[in-house]
Amino acid sequence: MTIENAVRPAERAVQLLGDDLTETTLKRYLEGLPGVDAVGLEQRAAGLGSRSIKTTSKAWALDKIIELIDLTTLEGADTPGKVRSLVAKALVPDASDLSTPRVAAVCVYGDMVPYAVEALGSAHAAGTDQGINVAAVATAFPSGRASLAVKLADTADAVAAGADEIDMVIDRGAFLSGRYGLVFDQIVAVKEACRRADGTYAHLKVILETGELNTYDNVRRASWLSILAGGDFIKTSTGKVAPAATLPVTLLMLEVVRDWHLLTGEKVGVKPAGGIRSSKDAIKYLVTVAETAGEEWLQPHLFRFGASSLLNDVLLQRQKLSTGHYSGADYVTID
Amino acid sequence: MSFLEYAPAPESTAILNLKPEYGLFIGGEFVAGGGESFSTISPATEKPIARIANADSGDVDRAVAAARRAYDKTWSKLSGRDRGKYLFRIARLVQERARELAVAESLDNGKPIKESRDVDVPLVAAWFFYYAGWADKLDHAGLGANPRSLGVAAQVIPWNFPLLMLAWKIAPALAAGNTVVLKPAEQTPLTALLFAEILQQADLPAGVVNILTGAGDTGRALVNHPDVNKVAFTGSTSVGREIARSTAGSGKKLTLELGGKAANIVFDDAPIDQAVEGIVNGIFFNQGHVCCAGSRLLVQENVHDEVVERLKSRLSTLRVGDPLDKNTDVGAINSAEQLARIRELSAVGEDEGAERWSPACELPAEGFWFAPTIFTNVSTSHRIAREEIFGPVLSVLTFRTPAEAIAKANNTPYGLSAGIWSDKGSKVLAVADKLRAGVIWANTFNRFDPASPFGGFKESGYGREGGRHGLAAYLKGSK
Repeated sequence: MTIENAVRPAERAVQLLGDDLTETTLKRYLEGLPGVDAVGLEQRAAGLGSRSIKTTSKAWALDKIIELIDLTTLEGADTPGKVRSLVAKALVPDASDLSTPRVAAVCVYGDMVPYAVEALGSAHAAGTDQGINVAAVATAFPSGRASLAVKLADTADAVAAGADEIDMVIDRGAFLSGRYGLVFDQIVAVKEACRRADGTYAHLKVILETGELNTYDNVRRASWLSILAGGDFIKTSTGKVAPAATLPVTLLMLEVVRDWHLLTGEKVGVKPAGGIRSSKDAIKYLVTVAETAGEEWLQPHLFRFGASSLLNDVLLQRQKLSTGHYSGADYVTID
Repeated sequence: MSFLEYAPAPESTAILNLKPEYGLFIGGEFVAGGGESFSTISPATEKPIARIANADSGDVDRAVAAARRAYDKTWSKLSGRDRGKYLFRIARLVQERARELAVAESLDNGKPIKESRDVDVPLVAAWFFYYAGWADKLDHAGLGANPRSLGVAAQVIPWNFPLLMLAWKIAPALAAGNTVVLKPAEQTPLTALLFAEILQQADLPAGVVNILTGAGDTGRALVNHPDVNKVAFTGSTSVGREIARSTAGSGKKLTLELGGKAANIVFDDAPIDQAVEGIVNGIFFNQGHVCCAGSRLLVQENVHDEVVERLKSRLSTLRVGDPLDKNTDVGAINSAEQLARIRELSAVGEDEGAERWSPACELPAEGFWFAPTIFTNVSTSHRIAREEIFGPVLSVLTFRTPAEAIAKANNTPYGLSAGIWSDKGSKVLAVADKLRAGVIWANTFNRFDPASPFGGFKESGYGREGGRHGLAAYLKGSK
């Protein structure tokens, strides 16, 4: 662990664990966190999932879901044309109803960032709260199996091309074998690579890939680790590993950011990604956010959905609410 | 607008097809009662739901006679396999009419629809399915070969889980070959009467189950009836004592499931977030109208502040209100009398120096309501730490060592249930071994299963309900 080299991003860990931050103190801290009872956690998530969101609450929730979506395409077959089409959809999700809100961001591979930025044009938020952000996955997404130098170059490249947000993956191999210091250092280094020439930082989302961490105790430790290392968001999954986002895992991560807020007053975001396809599921997540971290977390800088097909289901539900009847898949656009 | 003020999502009552008045269910038919009929009301609105017949002693005689006739002529002569068929049929009908039963239960009792829908009614069906399976396997109930049924069982049940307590009583009694006269509580007779309709639908032979509505006098006449072989009662310890006295020496077999003041013990190595959920579920489930409610929270001193703080913020998200709204977490208090008792004991708690806290919540103007309440700084000598409040009121005490936790948990005249929260399995087992309580939950609370016996130590009663042990209450060995 090379804490002495760590710069600003390691601040949180230094403040919580002290100046003599070592791998041992970090490990002790993470392993000293209270355990998670799997049965109880899943029961609570199921309870939250049984809330019945109707009429005006549902209308509000559907619009809110759209505002929180990172509209995503992460395929090897992606082309500039596909990205332009995705951006067009992000700008005007429903051509038949221009009152539909815009999504929070588009999420693409690093090499597609220039096309996304170009397609957004003046609608590019570029760090402001007006418009749409461009998020790029980096650090040898989705496996994370590359040298640190490659991961940093990957990140810096995307930031230089205009990415406002970086979705990095942690080294699950290192985490599972107990080398928390290595994972910590990498997140700190990637955060530093998010620094722009003017000294500001691209937002860093740390993907835990919870489907590979196996236990809720691991998810809780990885969440704390990522926050301590300077992550602005903790994100469940890449979407390339099953299971991706689940309600219990998201609930657990929301409990961590709530606890972090109680401890420090600082707010960290959560992004469930992968596997959330229906409005009904997405509403369960909104309920979980509101009843765990609080309603103020239902803002794009504190909560996101990583999704692609979810948007169309929300649009169909939205049309149903305004017209009173269901249309069909041909009445929303494919992107 | 706040998202958390979810728009109303009321369950429709259109599914209910209630009659304006209900008679007594004797010999397979609804008949008029001899006493003055009374109204059952919805505790959430105080509006009457239906007129209910009141059984007098003549009705009790007729019902017991019908049960005796059915026992002698039909039920005791049926094979276990055939009795099982009827029970399976009842279980399936309960499932078919689950929504209707859930709505009726929430309307009459005041409990949230999500509990009647997701807990009460599914457990009712499970109880009948479970004992249906036992009906032809009584030789393996641990009572020797060919255990015999007792005869006519008189059963008196409380208002907190009206239909579930009915199932706990009727299912094992019928499986074992007894016939039944059951009296539901006068506050909550509705689902028992709908259940009588289900028995008609199931073509259960006339008189095998008789349901008498009425108040304490009816119950007294029933349990004291000379032709009754078995008395089963769930309710308060004082009434239980009276029944024990009056049935003593009569040869009637007796099981009592009475009050409780359960300790919920939270150790410092507990999974804190789940423990907080368990504490909430332990005392605010069913408005705390649960005999096994975790009404005494024992928290290890070093995590007391953290647990209480988390508990308070969790309580702030509880939704108190219309029991028929699908998002309601805490419903109405069952009756004006119960509300008065909860208020009285809470006032005593404050006078004795405990610190009272409730989340800000708006209570409806009509009906009987009490905000979820926690008392901190409670001493073991306070009345709120000794007496059963039977409402949404939690007393928080602390302990320092496992030995102290055990001593405090056992320091009660009751002994129905207890909970232990710890990540360490060995500690859970060691503590559970020393607790004097019939049911001990580890890292959960208020979970029920028909295969698991339930019952108390000390003033919480005797006999077990549920599981193989529950059959012993309705059978005698052949030896």
